[in-house]
Amino acid sequence: MSEVRKVATREAYGKALVMLGEKHDDLVVLDADLAEATKTVTFKKAFPERHIDCGIAEANMTCIAAGIASTGKVPFCSTFAMFAAGRSYEQVRNSIGYPHLNVKIGATHAGISVGEDGATHQCLEDIALMRVIPGMVVINPADETEAIAAVEAAYEYEGPVYMRFGRLAVPVIYDPAEYKFEIGKGTVLKEGKDVTLIATGLPVAESIEAEKMLAAEGISVELINMATIKPIDSELILKSAKKTGKVVTVEEHSVIGGLGSAVCEVLSENHPVPVKRIGINDTFGESGPAVELIKKYGLDAAGIAAQVKNFLK
Amino acid sequence: MDNQELKRHALNVRRGIIEGTHAAKSGHPGGSLSSAEIFTYLYFEEMNVDPKDPKKADRDRFVLSKGHTAPGLYSVLAEKGYFPASDLKSLRHVGAHLQGHPCATHTPGVDASSGSLGQGISVACGMAMSAKLFKDDFRVYTLLGDGEIEEGQVWEAAMFAGFRKLDNLCVIVDNNGLQIDGPIDQVNSPYPIPDKFKAFNFHVIEVNDGNDFDELRAAFKEAKETKGMPTAIICKTVKGKGISYMENQVGWHGKAPNDDEYNTAMEELKKAEEALS
Repeated sequence: MSEVRKVATREAYGKALVMLGEKHDDLVVLDADLAEATKTVTFKKAFPERHIDCGIAEANMTCIAAGIASTGKVPFCSTFAMFAAGRSYEQVRNSIGYPHLNVKIGATHAGISVGEDGATHQCLEDIALMRVIPGMVVINPADETEAIAAVEAAYEYEGPVYMRFGRLAVPVIYDPAEYKFEIGKGTVLKEGKDVTLIATGLPVAESIEAEKMLAAEGISVELINMATIKPIDSELILKSAKKTGKVVTVEEHSVIGGLGSAVCEVLSENHPVPVKRIGINDTFGESGPAVELIKKYGLDAAGIAAQVKNFLK
Repeated sequence: MDNQELKRHALNVRRGIIEGTHAAKSGHPGGSLSSAEIFTYLYFEEMNVDPKDPKKADRDRFVLSKGHTAPGLYSVLAEKGYFPASDLKSLRHVGAHLQGHPCATHTPGVDASSGSLGQGISVACGMAMSAKLFKDDFRVYTLLGDGEIEEGQVWEAAMFAGFRKLDNLCVIVDNNGLQIDGPIDQVNSPYPIPDKFKAFNFHVIEVNDGNDFDELRAAFKEAKETKGMPTAIICKTVKGKGISYMENQVGWHGKAPNDDEYNTAMEELKKAEEALS
């Protein structure tokens, strides 16, 4: 078997922007002095006149995007998740969300996999912050294929979209020739009967490995990739929960307010079952190599498998 | 349009402000009244807008960055014919399109949702940037309060506009000198305002009386003729202008007139109108 190809979803973001830019003249990309890191630099090289570097001023950039969208163009507003969702929260809420403007927010460097830069740059709250804004779509793609498809879907969708990308290269799990992405739809990666494991973003690839480990021990896991956190695929969650009776969520985000909370909201109101939320347990991150941090915080395959097993005891 | 006609419109704008805030029993009459001439000049003389076609693509844009003075914007929009003046009585009422702060999805003629101070100027910069990028020739106007410019985002936007040479952008500062907690130079002084905008590569025009149409006419003409840089028009105005008991009173920043105060205000405006003819 050949080596698994690994690509960071932020790379896919840059790639998708160029592909879309070639097709659509109304697409504009904004960045805040992070074009090399967010990968909008690829768009900048291809379409320099439609790439606007706003400098280190994210609040302004967010509202610039609102103004551009109000003229009928489609801005992709790019910076780190910490600044896109954190620093500019109120600008997103009031200047983009409230008037329901067609702004796409490309937030890279989400989660602890930012690595060495540490807690100030490891946004673990962005899904919570963004999904509470009325009308905001929140997408957290798992790999290159899904990220490209998500960016394309975001362009086609009329309204504000928050897209969450990672810094770390992650395995490509979907074949672009076969994979179809739809906003609001989760995908079943493996059918099972003992427990439902719902993952989003970077931990999806780790969950694929965790499922194999658990299968080897006789535990049948139904694995779901939930790329869209809002609107959440309630139908799929309920269908699977009714089958397995137990649900585990995995995300590179605080266990408060993110995927885990969204899944609990659906289940508690419709079909209550025991839930275990795997994520960052109400703490800040820290510096270190991304892979080591992922392991320390229990988001690697072994960590996920162990927590699922413990939950099933 | 001659000054007499503009003055009549401005009086009606003032009536609408009093009507709206009185009916709402809340709202911000002080800064709405200080900007009455600015609103009037923009909508009746300066901007390419059509109340019958509020979304026409080539319209000039207006962003009320100091969104709390929505009663003034709503009043001029009604006076211009975007919606019936009778709507003004529904200001801040449940189900009304006239929200406490401007909302682009609710009210015809409102180009941006604003009111969280400092954001509107950035939105206006985005509109102006878009026009530059896509070679549209509309202009963008945004009105800020002098207290509002204490917000750091205003200067992020100013840096962007100056650097990008957005000469299709006209920033207007209503320098009425008062904010909620008192005179602006006693709260967190933004003075000297012209020097600050100059430092951000703006062409700056100082208007000594922002409630005077001759001065506004000259300033907006100069702004339109300025190429290669954005313009900031700093207008000295009187907060509460036109209603004797509200003028220069910080207490009338965000307070509605009661029934007696309403009657007094309307009588004063009636006398002012009689004095015009």
